[in-house]
Amino acid sequence: MQASIELNRTPAVQYLLRIGDTCLVLAQRLGEWCGHAPVLEEDIAMANIALDLVGQARGLLTHAGKLEGEGREHDEDQLAYLREERDYFNLTLVELPRGDFAFAVLRNTMVATLLKLLWQRLAASSDAEVAAIAGKAVKEARYHQQHSGDWVVRLGDGTDESRRRTEKALKQLWLYVPELFESDAVDEAASASGLGPAWSELREPWLAEMQQVLDAAGLAMPAEAAFRSTGKHGVHSEHMGYILTEMQHLQRSFPGGVW
Amino acid sequence: MTSMVASRVDAAWAVLHTVLDPEVPAVSVCDLGIVREVIEHDDGLEIVLTPTYSGCPATEAIEHDVLAAIEQAGLGHARATLRRAPAWSSDWISDEGRAKLKAYGIAPPAHLTPEAAANTAMPIKLFGRIAGERIACPRCASERTERLSAFGSTACKALYRCMACREPFEHFKPI
Repeated sequence: MQASIELNRTPAVQYLLRIGDTCLVLAQRLGEWCGHAPVLEEDIAMANIALDLVGQARGLLTHAGKLEGEGREHDEDQLAYLREERDYFNLTLVELPRGDFAFAVLRNTMVATLLKLLWQRLAASSDAEVAAIAGKAVKEARYHQQHSGDWVVRLGDGTDESRRRTEKALKQLWLYVPELFESDAVDEAASASGLGPAWSELREPWLAEMQQVLDAAGLAMPAEAAFRSTGKHGVHSEHMGYILTEMQHLQRSFPGGVW
Repeated sequence: MTSMVASRVDAAWAVLHTVLDPEVPAVSVCDLGIVREVIEHDDGLEIVLTPTYSGCPATEAIEHDVLAAIEQAGLGHARATLRRAPAWSSDWISDEGRAKLKAYGIAPPAHLTPEAAANTAMPIKLFGRIAGERIACPRCASERTERLSAFGSTACKALYRCMACREPFEHFKPI
């Protein structure tokens, strides 16, 4: 059994892991669709989006591990597989169980919209490696957003059943939106150093783009929830432990195992 | 000395033009614009590669194939480095590469719009099955085509079908 690593939780490391872990955990969730999507084309789409997200996560985790510094650097695999739950900083939104297809495409739209806006800003990061990762990822996120948004429109503006399911998903997922845009010391440090924007700055453009998708789908945007989820501070929902168990099992049991 | 160095780099480029992409074996890694630079160092050649997609599983296979080809050609020890910036763009696919893709049955990507190339803010483009851009069928050249699947057999392609000749075909996505 491989022991956990101790993460050097500097603000810059946390800022990058919020993004990298969000990509990583959503990719893990999307992997659950493999062989289960309603049509073959969407099965391929889920896996392809997951693949892009894993690639983005790899870049960010590798870089975050180097930034840990003080002789405590870790590589991408150690960060992906050997952290304790509270050292993951993904949004709670992406750890929620797979749900039905309406839930999946709506969540993908919400996350892709956020990531697209984030990558656009990060392409001008003061950190050249982050800027390079973002320059590539923004093109991918744009495609994910278009594809997933297209499905939200088709389902929202589809049959009674598809509309009912999309409305239900919207109600569930919207509870986790405030977490996206709450700023804290990690954000302020990133904003001050030029590493990346405070996520609160992305709120208005995100809402505007989501409004555009929901309008086209004939869905009403819910009011902001009072509930506050805290995944990006390392305090997760009850679902996170199960994801990590599945994701980490192989590397914990067979340290350094490769395909 | 200078001419010798140049010839070794030139020889490496000639070899690299024969290394095919593992997932689209109709084109070489040079046709795709993945090989950015070949640099001569005292301890061997450095091949600079830019991956197409963040998660492209072929990236490691390409590194391996490139290094193996250089060594097999007797050009000595070589190492590969990945250069992420500037990000790979389908605009880097050569005209020769585009012709080869088309002959292979894959519709080549259109050139990027200035907005897409500059990565500036772009409106969300929601589109249905009928392609937003007219993608010409690589077999019969008809533009009466529709998109079947936004994602294809590899990260870089989408699946289309031609309404004129009824044949399905792959499209190399412009990014």
